[in-house]
Amino acid sequence: MKVTFPHLGNMYIPLKSFFECLEVDVVVPPACSKRTLELGIKYSPEFACLPLKINIGNYIEALEKGADTIIMAGGIGPCRFGYYAEVQREILKDAGYKFNMVVFDPPKGHLWELFKKLEMITNKKIYSYNNLIYAARLAWQKAKLLDELDMMACRARPREKFEGETDKFYKKSIKLIGDVMTLTGIKNIQKQIEIMFRDLILTNSDSPRIGLTGEIYTILEPFANLNIEKQLGEIGVEVHRSIYITDWVRHNLFPAFLKPREHKEFLDSSKPFINCFIGGHGQESIAYVAKCAKEGFNGIIQLLPFTCMPEIVAKSVLPSASRKYLMPAMTLVLDEHAAEAGLRTRIEAFVDMIKYKSEVQNENEMFIGH
Amino acid sequence: MKMKCSLGIDVGSVSTKLVLINEENDVIEKLYLNTAGKPIDVIVKGLKILNDEFNSSIEILAVGTTGSGRQLASVLVGADIVKNEITTHAVASLEEYPDTQTILEIGGQDSKIILIRNKIVADFAMNTVCAAGTGSFLDRQAQRLGIPIEEFGKMALTSTVPTRIAGRCAVFAESDMIHKQQMGYKIEDVIYGLCQALVRNYLSNVAKGKEIRPPVLFQGGVATNLGIKKAFEEELGMSITVPQHYNVMGAIGAAILARRYIMQSKSKKTNFYGFNVALKDYKVKSFECKGCANCCEIIQIYRDDKIMARWGDKCGKWSSSIAV
Repeated sequence: MKVTFPHLGNMYIPLKSFFECLEVDVVVPPACSKRTLELGIKYSPEFACLPLKINIGNYIEALEKGADTIIMAGGIGPCRFGYYAEVQREILKDAGYKFNMVVFDPPKGHLWELFKKLEMITNKKIYSYNNLIYAARLAWQKAKLLDELDMMACRARPREKFEGETDKFYKKSIKLIGDVMTLTGIKNIQKQIEIMFRDLILTNSDSPRIGLTGEIYTILEPFANLNIEKQLGEIGVEVHRSIYITDWVRHNLFPAFLKPREHKEFLDSSKPFINCFIGGHGQESIAYVAKCAKEGFNGIIQLLPFTCMPEIVAKSVLPSASRKYLMPAMTLVLDEHAAEAGLRTRIEAFVDMIKYKSEVQNENEMFIGH
Repeated sequence: MKMKCSLGIDVGSVSTKLVLINEENDVIEKLYLNTAGKPIDVIVKGLKILNDEFNSSIEILAVGTTGSGRQLASVLVGADIVKNEITTHAVASLEEYPDTQTILEIGGQDSKIILIRNKIVADFAMNTVCAAGTGSFLDRQAQRLGIPIEEFGKMALTSTVPTRIAGRCAVFAESDMIHKQQMGYKIEDVIYGLCQALVRNYLSNVAKGKEIRPPVLFQGGVATNLGIKKAFEEELGMSITVPQHYNVMGAIGAAILARRYIMQSKSKKTNFYGFNVALKDYKVKSFECKGCANCCEIIQIYRDDKIMARWGDKCGKWSSSIAV
């Protein structure tokens, strides 16, 4: 049995590590490319959103490399994503591929089912629970370190000593994290990476800070968002995300007593614009505006794939939230078009705008007599 | 003495604009040329025209480029600044009308709204996945009806009972128009109906959730269309102004910003290669990189067989291997 899964940013690293720890063969799909997208578009319904199309491309490329079992997350709630695993299974079957698909739904207390599915994948009747726990801990530590790496890279990019160094070290760090297979090894690497990035930064100068919010896939997958974090970093912006991989795991896979408490408070700050769960991360998208305002950010960019329902709801109230919190906001709708020029124009204009704004603010403060 | 000028170049999807302004920001000359898919040729042509007209009588202090072809233009002429269209449009509008609070801009492929408060850009939006209601679409409809685009707007003004046209999508709008024509509606009513539909689409799509406060400026190529202007005024319930140089505002803004930049810089010297670059031979070659599955198309620009710039790659392997 050879297991594969769709790409979601750097998620493949902890997933690969997890299954390899349990002695399951893993085929990581080739990094998302134009070919991935072309395959996805060819087989997917036209009106489906970008994530579904890229997923399909990932599967096909992995099946070509010999994978035979696809692992996909399920979901609940009004976002179509919850049903994507089923749709994707049918699409691939119709296209003539032979494979087995295992869908992991958010357990919501039924941890036992999760174990049973894992048993099925690993093909073991009697499980070594120690082994399983070690694999899970290792994967979790990797995911945490990857998130930390993303944060460090976003901080370093607008302040780097030499152009392009952040990305060079980023690649190096990704390889280090991918290769390490022990918990103690991870600790060492973490220190290495932290030192590497500390030395990279030229000054602690003030850079404008922008929060990325919106739909999770388009935030986490650089191929889908045309590498927006890097593009913003290059024009001198420090980028933060509304959601990181470990956040998603915490909210969806952890049992209730392990969930962070402040999350409920965070969600409540989406009121009065969105008062309840509307599927996907629509509510979070708006709550994040309040959070960014509280933390003194300079602006917020909402990302969503074309036809994403929860984010369209969020998009329509974003201007009101933006006015209430005095937080400049811009929405970018992402689809198959790979025209980076259009995206670049919009983000440059947005960054120009927030820079002028803060200049004027500073002048006013000086005038008042600070 | 030679007149000191700044040059602004706006390379848009449909048209390319070159503007010369003097030190008081007055427009000395403006050129409005058809890009016709060949931005390099048209920039060269524009420079030649300016050269023939002014060469000995002006001195170029600074050059700025903008529009979707701004990077290309910058490589060609040696620009001092390369700025996005939003910023340049706002700068030019504020120069002429300092009290402006809202700018509506509709170009060939883009439409945008810029909100200005206290003389700085406070918010903006651009069309995202749809180009319905932009200049190209109007052009195509005028062509289909056999009406010169210059007459299109005037004709709309003669309408008495505008027809309702669905403006959500360019394709649907077109079939709706054909349907109404075949039913026998008067052509001017169909045209004004289309103007209203496009304005509705703009306001509920690009300008969604944006507070439009007067004074409102309307610029970009479509601003010449009197039908669209009237439809905007009716829908918004306020009068809107079309600036004198409505179709070259981006280029004016680029020229203004370039001069400001040069004034602040230490050397105070422009990068401009001179009008003679127009006499040189330009070539573009492209190839497909086989390095990975992305198969990026790499564009290389040559001047007299010497490579000047290269872009189009995702990984930076090609573009970073040459100093631009």
